[in-house]
Amino acid sequence: MKDHLLVSVRLLVVFTLLLGVAYPVAVWGVGRLAFPYAASGSFLRKDGRAVGSELIGQAVTAPGLFRPRPSAAGSGYDGTASGGSNLGPTSKALADRIAAEVARARAENPGAPGPVPADAVTASGSGLDPHVSPAFALWQVPRVAKESGIPAADLERMVAARTEGRFLGLFGEPRVNVLLLNLDVLSRSGRRR
Amino acid sequence: MSKHAEIRLLDRALLARAAADSVRKLHPRHMVHNPVLFVVEAGAVLATLALLGVGTRGSLSFQLQVVLWLWATVLFANFAEAVAEGRGKAQADALRRTKTDTVARRLVGAAGDEEQVGSTELRRGDRVVVEAGQAIPGDGTVVEGIASVDESAITGESAPVIREAGGDRSAVTGGTKVLSDRIVVEITSEPGSTFLDRMIRLVEGAERQKTPNEIALDILLAGLTIVFLLATVTLRPFALYSGGDVSPTVLVALLVCLIPTTIGGLLSAIGIAGMDRVLRHNVLAMSGRAVEAAGDVNVLLLDKTGTITLGNRQASQLVPAPGVAERDLAELAQLASLADETPEGRSIVVLAKERFGLRGRELRELKARFVPFTARTRMSGLDFEGGRKVRKGAADAVDGFVKAAGGHLPEEVRRDVARIAGEGGTPLVVADGGRVAGTIYLKDVVKGGMRERFDRLRAMGIRTVMITGDNPLTAASIAREAGVDDFLAEAKPEDKLALIRKEQAGGNLVAMTGDGTNDAPALAQADVGMAMNTGTQAAKEAGNMVDLDSNPTKLIEVVEIGKQLLMTRGALTTFSISNDVAKYFAIIPALFVATYPQLEALNVMKLATPESAILSAVVFNALVIVALIPLALRGVSYRPLGAGRILRRNLLIYGVGGLVAPFVGIKLIDLLLVALRLA
Amino acid sequence: MPASAFLEIGVYFLLILALTRPVGVYLRRVFAGERTLLDPVLGPLERLVYRVAGVDPRKEQGWKGYATAILVFSVAGVLGVYAVERLQALLPLDPDRLPAVPPVLAWSTAVSFVTNTNWQAYSGEATMSYLTQMAALALHNFLSAATGIAVAVAVIRGIARAEAKTIGSFWVDLTRATLYVLLPISFVSAVVLMSQGVVQSFAPAAKVTTLSGAAQTIPLGPVASQEAIKELGTNGGGFFNANSSHPYENPSPATNLLEMLLIFAVPAGLTHTLGSMTGKPRHGWAVFWAMSLLFLAGAGVCARAETRGNPIHQALGVDAAAGNMEGKEVRFGPVDTALFATVTTDASCGAVNGMHDSFTPLGGLVPLVNIQLGEVVFGGVGAGLYGIFVFVVLAVFIAGLMVGRTPEYLGKKVEGGEVKLAMLSVLVPTFCILVGSAAAVVSKAGLSSLANAGPHGLSEALYAFTSAAGNNGSAFAGLNANTGFYDVLLALAMFAGRFLVIVPILGMAGSLAAKKRLAESAGTFPVDGPLFTFLLAGVIVVVGALTFFPVLSLGPAVEQLLMAAGRTF
Repeated sequence: MKDHLLVSVRLLVVFTLLLGVAYPVAVWGVGRLAFPYAASGSFLRKDGRAVGSELIGQAVTAPGLFRPRPSAAGSGYDGTASGGSNLGPTSKALADRIAAEVARARAENPGAPGPVPADAVTASGSGLDPHVSPAFALWQVPRVAKESGIPAADLERMVAARTEGRFLGLFGEPRVNVLLLNLDVLSRSGRRR
Repeated sequence: MSKHAEIRLLDRALLARAAADSVRKLHPRHMVHNPVLFVVEAGAVLATLALLGVGTRGSLSFQLQVVLWLWATVLFANFAEAVAEGRGKAQADALRRTKTDTVARRLVGAAGDEEQVGSTELRRGDRVVVEAGQAIPGDGTVVEGIASVDESAITGESAPVIREAGGDRSAVTGGTKVLSDRIVVEITSEPGSTFLDRMIRLVEGAERQKTPNEIALDILLAGLTIVFLLATVTLRPFALYSGGDVSPTVLVALLVCLIPTTIGGLLSAIGIAGMDRVLRHNVLAMSGRAVEAAGDVNVLLLDKTGTITLGNRQASQLVPAPGVAERDLAELAQLASLADETPEGRSIVVLAKERFGLRGRELRELKARFVPFTARTRMSGLDFEGGRKVRKGAADAVDGFVKAAGGHLPEEVRRDVARIAGEGGTPLVVADGGRVAGTIYLKDVVKGGMRERFDRLRAMGIRTVMITGDNPLTAASIAREAGVDDFLAEAKPEDKLALIRKEQAGGNLVAMTGDGTNDAPALAQADVGMAMNTGTQAAKEAGNMVDLDSNPTKLIEVVEIGKQLLMTRGALTTFSISNDVAKYFAIIPALFVATYPQLEALNVMKLATPESAILSAVVFNALVIVALIPLALRGVSYRPLGAGRILRRNLLIYGVGGLVAPFVGIKLIDLLLVALRLA
Repeated sequence: MPASAFLEIGVYFLLILALTRPVGVYLRRVFAGERTLLDPVLGPLERLVYRVAGVDPRKEQGWKGYATAILVFSVAGVLGVYAVERLQALLPLDPDRLPAVPPVLAWSTAVSFVTNTNWQAYSGEATMSYLTQMAALALHNFLSAATGIAVAVAVIRGIARAEAKTIGSFWVDLTRATLYVLLPISFVSAVVLMSQGVVQSFAPAAKVTTLSGAAQTIPLGPVASQEAIKELGTNGGGFFNANSSHPYENPSPATNLLEMLLIFAVPAGLTHTLGSMTGKPRHGWAVFWAMSLLFLAGAGVCARAETRGNPIHQALGVDAAAGNMEGKEVRFGPVDTALFATVTTDASCGAVNGMHDSFTPLGGLVPLVNIQLGEVVFGGVGAGLYGIFVFVVLAVFIAGLMVGRTPEYLGKKVEGGEVKLAMLSVLVPTFCILVGSAAAVVSKAGLSSLANAGPHGLSEALYAFTSAAGNNGSAFAGLNANTGFYDVLLALAMFAGRFLVIVPILGMAGSLAAKKRLAESAGTFPVDGPLFTFLLAGVIVVVGALTFFPVLSLGPAVEQLLMAAGRTF
C-alpha cells in the first residue's frame, strides 16, 4: 500500500512533466515551425487588422453581407461561450424559436426561392459554425444582390467558388465559409465603389 | 431399462402428494433457498396486502385475479419440485420397507461363540454369521465361505448372485438375503450409514445439495432478479415524472413476469429429475455433482474385458496341421470340447456345427470320459475306452502331450500358433494321441454395437481409451475392431491411475469403471468413477457412482444423462430470459397508455385492454411453468452431435422459440380472458 | 437516407477493419514485452521512468495487487487534479487570469477525468487555465486511458494463462501503454490536426473586430495536443465547451474522420490482441464482428433518424432535405454527426461533434442505448474489451450449458465465482443509472436542472447518469450539471462505474488465470464463428434491452411517437 502510494506519486510527477508539459510544448513547437497560420488560430486580416478567424463564425449585422446561422453561443457567436441551444426535438421553446427564425428569414429575404434551408433557422452545436450550406447562401443571394448592388449571377459565382465539397467525395457536407465569402463580397463592392 | 421404472412419470397418487407438498413448501424457510421464487412470494404477499388494504385502485376483479395468479405461480413452481421429488420419495419408501431390523448373529472371541444382537448395534469390524434364508444385517465383506445371495431389494435383479470370501466378489450389502450356504461377514459400515441408508437418503433427496453449476446459475438468476427489481422499482418515479402512476399490484405483476420464474421454478426439479433418470438406469450417483461431472467428461477409460469385449474368447477359425483335412480337425475339436461347458468350449462346438454340420454327440454313446481343464495340465478333452486320448490346450502343454505319445508338434503348427497369438487371438492346439490335428483360433469378440456407441461418443467430443492387460499387438487389433480412439496395453492397476493423472494434467475430465479393490485409487482419482455393485466394498466407496446392474457400458448412458441435465438447464434459462421481451411489449404500453396514448403503438399484440394485457402476461408466466414440467423432468431431447450443432439447434428452439412463444401465448390468453369476460 | 450515407458508414467501417490487425499486433508486441520499432527511442525513456518511480519491471502482481495499484494510483490522480484546479490562479500559464475552480466542481471534474469519463459540468474556455488543461486534464486523458488498456491486457493475460498467480504489473502496463501506444500516436495525430486548423497556442484569447464592427473574443490554447489524446484515449473531454463541434477542435470533415478513427483504433485493435495473445485469433474476430454488428445497426438507425429530420419543424416551413440541423455543424451535417455520436458512445469517448440533446428522439436513443449496453461496441480503450469480456462470460455461461457441459471459456471453467463478479459488474452501472435518474426526476434539486420538459426531460436526466456510470462523458447538455446534486451524485456514479467494475473484472481475470486449462474437444462450446458472434451480440442487446426497456419507453421511445404526432412540451 505504502509502496503503491510512493510509486504512484513518483509516476504522476514523471508523467506530468512528460505528458503534461513536454508533449504539448513539443506539439506547439512543431506547429510554430510547420503551420504558423493554422496552429495559431487561422486569423484573417483585412487592412492590416484581424477581422476574425477563418474557422470561427461571427455575427453579421451589416447590410449587403451574407448572414451566418442562428447561434446559441452567448448572445450569438460569443467565442467565450461556445455551445448549442440544447433544446430537444419536442421542445416548445425550440419550435417557437424556429417559427420566429422562419418568419424573420422570410421577412429579411422576401425574394428567396423555395422553403427555408434548415441551417438558416437552426443553431449549430458550437454556436460558432463558420459555414452555411450552399443552399442557404444561394437563398440569400437576392437580398445580398439588392443590398450590395452586385449582380445576383456574380454572387452565385462567388458562392460556387467558395463552396467546399465533401472530403474524399464522401465525408462531411458541402459548405460555404461565410467570413471568406463576405470578404469576397466586400472586396468586390470596395473595388466597385 | 430398469426394474425401478415401474413408478410412472405422472402417477395419480404421486401427483396428489406433490400437490399437497407444493402448499407445504410455501413456508418462507423453504422459499428462501430459491431467491427468484422468494421474490415472487414476497410480491404475492405484497399484492395480497394491497388488495386487502385501503389503497386499492382500479377494478377489484382484476386485482383479485392478479393476486391469485401470483400465488399460482409460486404453487406451480413448488409443484414442479414436489413432482420431481415424488418419485424418489416413493422409491425411498419401498426401500425402507426392506430395511427391517434383523437379528444378527455376532461372533465373539476367537472361539467362535455367537451372540444375538440387533442389526443396528453392529459396529465396523464385527463379524456375523449368515445362513441360508437369513437377511444380511449390514454391509460387509465375506471373510469365510461362499453363498448365493438375492440382491433384488437393492438392484431389482431377481437372479441370485454368488458371493465368496477373497477376490473381487466378496462384498455384501445389508438388507440382501442369503439363499444358500453359510458365510461369515465382516461388517464394514457403522449403523445408519449403510449402503441402504445412503441409498434411501439419495433417492429421497434428503442429502441433495446444490451442485456448483446450480449455485452459479442461482447467482445469475439472483443477479437478473436484482436487475429487474431495479427496473421495476424505479419505474414508479419515472411514471410520476411522466404524469402517471402505477399501482403496487401492477408493479409486482410486472416484476414477477420479468424475473426468471420459469427457470427459477424448474431449476431444482431439473436437477432432481436428472438424478432420478440416472437411478432409473439403476445407477446410484452419490451426488448431483457426479452427474454434472459426467456431462463434462471427455475421456472415457473402459476395461476391455467384459466392457468392450464379451469377456470370453470364442472360436472363430480352424487352422488344420499339414496333411489334415479341416473337417477332421473340426471333428476332433468338437470331440475335445463336447463336455466342456466353458464358453470357449461351447463356442468350439458351435463353430464345428456351423462350418461342417457336425452334430454334438452324447459322451455315453461315445463311451468316453471327459477330462476337465486344470491349471496343471492346461488341457481338456476326452479319454475313450480303449485308450484313445483327444486333447485341446495351450501349445506347450499339447507339445508335451504328443511327445509323451511319441509324436511331435509340427513346425507349421508352431508358426500358426505364433501368428494367432501375434494377432491377439488365443491358439488352442488339438491333438489325437501323438498326432497334432491343427489349431483352433479363439478370438476376443467385441460386443455388438460398440463401434456405433464409440462413434457417438466421438461426436460428443469424448475420447475412449481401452484398458487391457493384453500385449500391445493384441490390444491394437481389438482397439481397431471396436473403434476406440486409444488403448493402454499390458496395463497394471497402477497404470490406470497414472493414465488418469496424465489425462487430467492435460485438461481432460476422466470417467472410468472398476470393481476390484486395486481399482479403488483410480476410481477415486477419476472425475467420474463408476463402481460395479458386484465389486468390492473398497471400490464402491472410492467411486462416486455405483452401477447396481454392474454393467460397465452404462457409463455411456450416464454421460448422456449428465449432458442432458446441463442442456435442460441452459435451454430453460435461455427460454425464460427470451420470454421477457414479449412480456414488456404486453405490459409497458398497458401501464402508460393512459398517460401517453401514443404508446398504443407498442401494443404490437393488440391486446384488448390494459388490464387484460397485464393479466395475460401474468397468466402466461404462471402457466408456462406447468407446461414445462414434463420437459424439465424428461430433459430436452438429446442427440450426440458436435457442440456447434447442438448449440445452433437449442438456440433456435429455446432462444428464438422463447422469443416468439409468449407473443402467441399471451395473445391467445388475452382472447380467452376477453371471451370469458374476465378482463 | 441517401445512399452516400450508407457508403460513408461503410467506408469508415472498412478503415477500422483495416486498422484492427496492425494495431492489434502492435499492442500484443508492446504488452508481451516483445521488441517494437520504437524501442531505440522509447526504451531508454521507459527505463528512466522505472528508475525514477522505483518500479521493478520484472515483478508481476496478482489481481489484488494489480487492483490495489490502480486504486491507489487513481486516488492520487484525483487529488493531484483537484490541487491543480484549486491552485490554478497561483500557477503559471493562466493568461486569461481564470480564478480557482470552485471546490465541488473541482472535485467532480477530477473524478471525471481520472475515471476516463470526462463529463464536464463547466465550460472549458471559461473555467480552466492552460496549465490545468495540459498538466491536469490532458495528463489524465493519457493516464486513465493507459489504465483502461492495462486492465484489458491484464484480463487477456488472465484468459491466456493457466495455473498462474499473477496477471502482469500495473506499473509496467501503464507505462508501456502510455509511452509506446498513446504518446506516439497522439503526437502524430496532433500535428495532423494542427495542419487542418486545430490551434496549439499559449497566447491569451484573441480579440478581433468583426466585419460588422463588433468585438469578438476568441479563446485559444494548447488544443491540438489535447484533442489527439482525447479521441485516442476515448476520454472525450473537450478543451472548449462545445467539444468537437467547436471549429478549433474539429475544423473539417477530414479532421472529423481522423478523430473518429482515433476513437475506435485501439479498442478495435484490442479484439485482435485478445485473439493473438490467447492463441485463438478466430475468437478475437468473432468478438470484433459482434461489435461490428451492433455498431453498424446503431449508426444506421441514428443516421436515418437524423437525416429524416423533425416533422414539427418541417411543418413550420423548414426545408426537410438537410435533415435535423439543430445543434449540428454545417460541415458535418446529419450523417457525420450521427456517425460521430454512434462512435463516441459505442466507445466510452463522449466527445461530441453535435449536440445530442437536440437529436431526434430516435437519433438520441442510439447514443443512450450504446452507453447502456455497457459501451462494449469496441468501447473505451481497454474498457470496451474488459466490458465485453463480462458479456462473453455471461454468454458462455447461459448458452454454454446448452451444449451439455458445464460452461467453459477458452478452456477455463466458468463457475459461481466468475458469475458473481460478472453480475456485480453489470449491476453497479445499472444501479447508478436507474436509481440516479429516478432520484433526479422526483427531486426538486434534480428537476430544476432540466432544460427540457416532457419525456425529453426524463431523457436528459437518464442520459446524465448513463453517461456518468458508463464513464462516457457525453451529455444531453441542456442539463445544468454544475449543481451540488449532480456534481456529487454524478461523481459517485463515475467512480462506481469505473472502479466497482474494474475490480470485479480483475477478480475474474485473476480467478481465470489460476484455473487449469481444460482440453478442447468436439464437445467444447465454440467461441468463434458466426454463431457465437450472433449469440454474443444477442446477449448484449437482450441484457441491455430488458434492463432499460421501461425507462426508455417513457423517454425517447414515447417522445419519438409524440414528435410524429406533433406534440411539444
